[in-house]
Amino acid sequence: MRDYTHRALNQAQAKGATYADIRIVRRETQTLEVKNGVVQTLSLGDTYGFGIRVVADGAWGFASSHRLESGEIDRVASLAVAIAKASALSKSADVDLGPAERHEDTYKTPMKIDPFEVSLEKKIDYLLRADKEARSVKGVRVVEGTLGFERNHKVFASTEGSYIEQTLTESGAGIVVMAVSEGEMQQRSYPNSFGRHQGTGGYEFIETWDLPGNARRVAEEAVALLSAPQCPSGVTSIILDGPQLGLQVHESCGHPIELDRVFGTEAAYAGTSFLTPEKYRNFRYGSDIVNIVSDAVTPGGLGTYGYDDEGVPAQTTDIVKNGQFVGYLTSRETASQLRKIRPEAPARSNAAMRADGWNRIPIIRMNNVSLMPGPWTLDDLIADTDDGIYMITNKSWSIDDKRLNFQFGTELAYEIKKGKLGRIVKNATYTGMTPKFWAGCDAICNKDHWHVWGTPNCGKGQPGQVAHTGHGAAPARFRDVQVGVMKG
Amino acid sequence: MLGESRLAEIAQRVLREAKADQTEVMVSGNDSHLTRFAVNTIHQNVSETDVTVRVRSILGRKTGVASGNELALDTLHRLVRSAETAAGFQEENPESGSLPGPAPAQKVDAYIERTADYAPAERAHGVEKILKMSRKNGLDAAGAFSTEALETYIANSRGVSAYHRGTVASIVTVIMGRDSSGYASAASIDVDDLDPEAMGRIAVEKALSSKNPTPIEPGEYTVILEEAAVGDMLFFLGWMGLGALSVQEGRSFMNDKFGQRITGENVTIWDDGSDPRGLPLPFDFEGVPKQRVTLIENGVAKNVVYDTFTAGREKGKASTGHSLPAPNTAGPIPLNLFMAPGTASKEEMLASTKRGIWVTRFHYTNILHPVQTILTGMTRDGTYLIENGKIVRPLRNLRFTQSILEAFSNIESLGKDLVLLKDEWNSLGTCAPAAKIRNFRFTGTTD
Repeated sequence: MRDYTHRALNQAQAKGATYADIRIVRRETQTLEVKNGVVQTLSLGDTYGFGIRVVADGAWGFASSHRLESGEIDRVASLAVAIAKASALSKSADVDLGPAERHEDTYKTPMKIDPFEVSLEKKIDYLLRADKEARSVKGVRVVEGTLGFERNHKVFASTEGSYIEQTLTESGAGIVVMAVSEGEMQQRSYPNSFGRHQGTGGYEFIETWDLPGNARRVAEEAVALLSAPQCPSGVTSIILDGPQLGLQVHESCGHPIELDRVFGTEAAYAGTSFLTPEKYRNFRYGSDIVNIVSDAVTPGGLGTYGYDDEGVPAQTTDIVKNGQFVGYLTSRETASQLRKIRPEAPARSNAAMRADGWNRIPIIRMNNVSLMPGPWTLDDLIADTDDGIYMITNKSWSIDDKRLNFQFGTELAYEIKKGKLGRIVKNATYTGMTPKFWAGCDAICNKDHWHVWGTPNCGKGQPGQVAHTGHGAAPARFRDVQVGVMKG
Repeated sequence: MLGESRLAEIAQRVLREAKADQTEVMVSGNDSHLTRFAVNTIHQNVSETDVTVRVRSILGRKTGVASGNELALDTLHRLVRSAETAAGFQEENPESGSLPGPAPAQKVDAYIERTADYAPAERAHGVEKILKMSRKNGLDAAGAFSTEALETYIANSRGVSAYHRGTVASIVTVIMGRDSSGYASAASIDVDDLDPEAMGRIAVEKALSSKNPTPIEPGEYTVILEEAAVGDMLFFLGWMGLGALSVQEGRSFMNDKFGQRITGENVTIWDDGSDPRGLPLPFDFEGVPKQRVTLIENGVAKNVVYDTFTAGREKGKASTGHSLPAPNTAGPIPLNLFMAPGTASKEEMLASTKRGIWVTRFHYTNILHPVQTILTGMTRDGTYLIENGKIVRPLRNLRFTQSILEAFSNIESLGKDLVLLKDEWNSLGTCAPAAKIRNFRFTGTTD
């Protein structure tokens, strides 16, 4: 492999690149889907190729190909340089990558059971058992169970002398149950929505989540929702469960701290950010108990890796400390940019650059952006709530282009009256503005309730890239929130 | 791009290797290039060459799928064996039927040499025209200029053999001021149809005219939705319930409504994969020719689209050529949607509006309730208050929570121009007119 990486880096430099890196990536996937007792999908995927990123004439170029051959490497390296020179036609300043990064290392996702070594029969049996349990509930119309596995073998080499090999393995599982009556459809997902919950690790992850043991419960909940009353409308207290809160962190904190968005480079598609540089270390993001951390090192997190796709080592960064906004997710280039206007900012990137495969350029992506646990138990939190709604599992999400105004819907919700869970309500929604919402956070459950929830469907970039991110969260309470936006 | 004969050679080699009862192979290739700009400079400029081989093997009533992007003979051999091995592990699917047989698909000429050969420097020059206008007005331009050539070959052991190649060029730009922004987009199979200067002009004008936005109370308003906003609603309508599987599973808004009025009489929606006004793909992912299917006609629910599997579940039905890569749990989907235009210009819509809101486009639209077709999302890049037939001031962006069918029942007039709107995530396009709609529901506002 080093022959190929040397060739690519030499060719890029010979054509005029002042910096170059190459990533050679093989991605293997295995997807199993069972729907209403029938195996609908048993799909094996394998994609292999390389991408070369260069700086020439002070501007970026990137080219990629699926043919890892000497001649093709030369063509692609030359094309990347030609593209960079075209980019330079409109540059406003030369690319500044900050301090050099030179690392030689290997990293492998720790795991107990290699999911690609587990038989397909065993996996199918697992899904069929869950499916049978769910369909045993009267009123259930559609049951979809999914297992997904992914392995990325990546080689990164740069003209600064890095050579890093990583093997990242992910396992995911989920079940979605739909119940239908005239003019109404309700669904419940377990352990999370988006089709599945996913983490880095082996088949032990699948066994932990026990789909067969939870399928009947969520099926009963889906059926109960059909005849449940509409979520009431008004301003009240809400308690969000871990998966919904994980997505709240993702949308209202994770995205606005991406420094490329802050600097406007994602403006045309994803949008910008309200967390502009003058707010850095100078803005109250939430209440005193809100502590949010970005890390790529928590075992099992879907955003856990050894090095990012610029070859920077994984690390942990404070984002919100005691309610104050103190950190961004950065790349090498944006870290340098920030430091020019905020000299107290770190000089080095905190390793948040990732690409969706060999054919995409790295952009800033969340790793594990997590709300740290507090002291409460969930039972005590509910008992402490006089009036409110407990909302469970995301169903719908939308947020504005600066990440301020959001609206979420959840699959399941319970009224809370005088410290006790009351009746189920359907079509629960809540809406708010990010800093006001987080200022209303007055209680967070403890580490026994805390888990890193996987979000395997985060879209960003042009051309589009999908990232896998993690979000640690335990249930938490928010005061004075507008709920029940949908007409009954 | 490898070309038809090379793709056919790969496909036929796969079919020769196959030992399953039936085998389908899809070979697709792309040369894709994209120049991305922001803060008045090009910051990402990328190129990709790829090919994907996807094999579906059927053993009795069991199906397995494997895909890869390596073309060496031993790799193709392994791919076929993987699909067959996967099929072997399956449980019997009692509803599984045969792969489709051959049927001639209409040839659509959608490949423009000039688009396929467009150079990085040409894209950069096009982008520079937008950036110049933005700089001159003290604004920041962002966006992307992409050119792409694609080809697909589908064959199966029953004799299906279909090839299509096409090109797509698109420009999207958002130009921003301190508290304002404007938007323009265009797509075509021919890169020379795109006019970066005109797009820059539109986006700059909006960025300037939307400065100093003020809030307005959420509530129900008459709206004039530009084409991008209508296209967004159309796209979601297709995914939520215009495919046969959603009806068969009882989760479509079309259930029990066929032959009944579900929108205003001025709404007609159809799917047509061969219409050159869109981004054509004349056959589906099983190689079945795409039919033009009328979905809603003069407000009446007419049809949904089928693939081979869903057609096999209903007596007398045949695939309409709307399969996604099978098998999948989503079922058939209309991917080339059209909404019939009206006769009004946007200026006429404006002049006839006593009080209302002008919406350039939506942002982050998502489904709240698929059966009731309720969406939520934000307005973006040019939202204005209309009074007495004129735009009187820019507004802060608003959140809407609105049923599409309800909105389509309240359409007062439709624009006379049909605009092609390319999806951000693939090379598919929706064609939609602008619309003036009564009682559109806004539920929030932002800073």
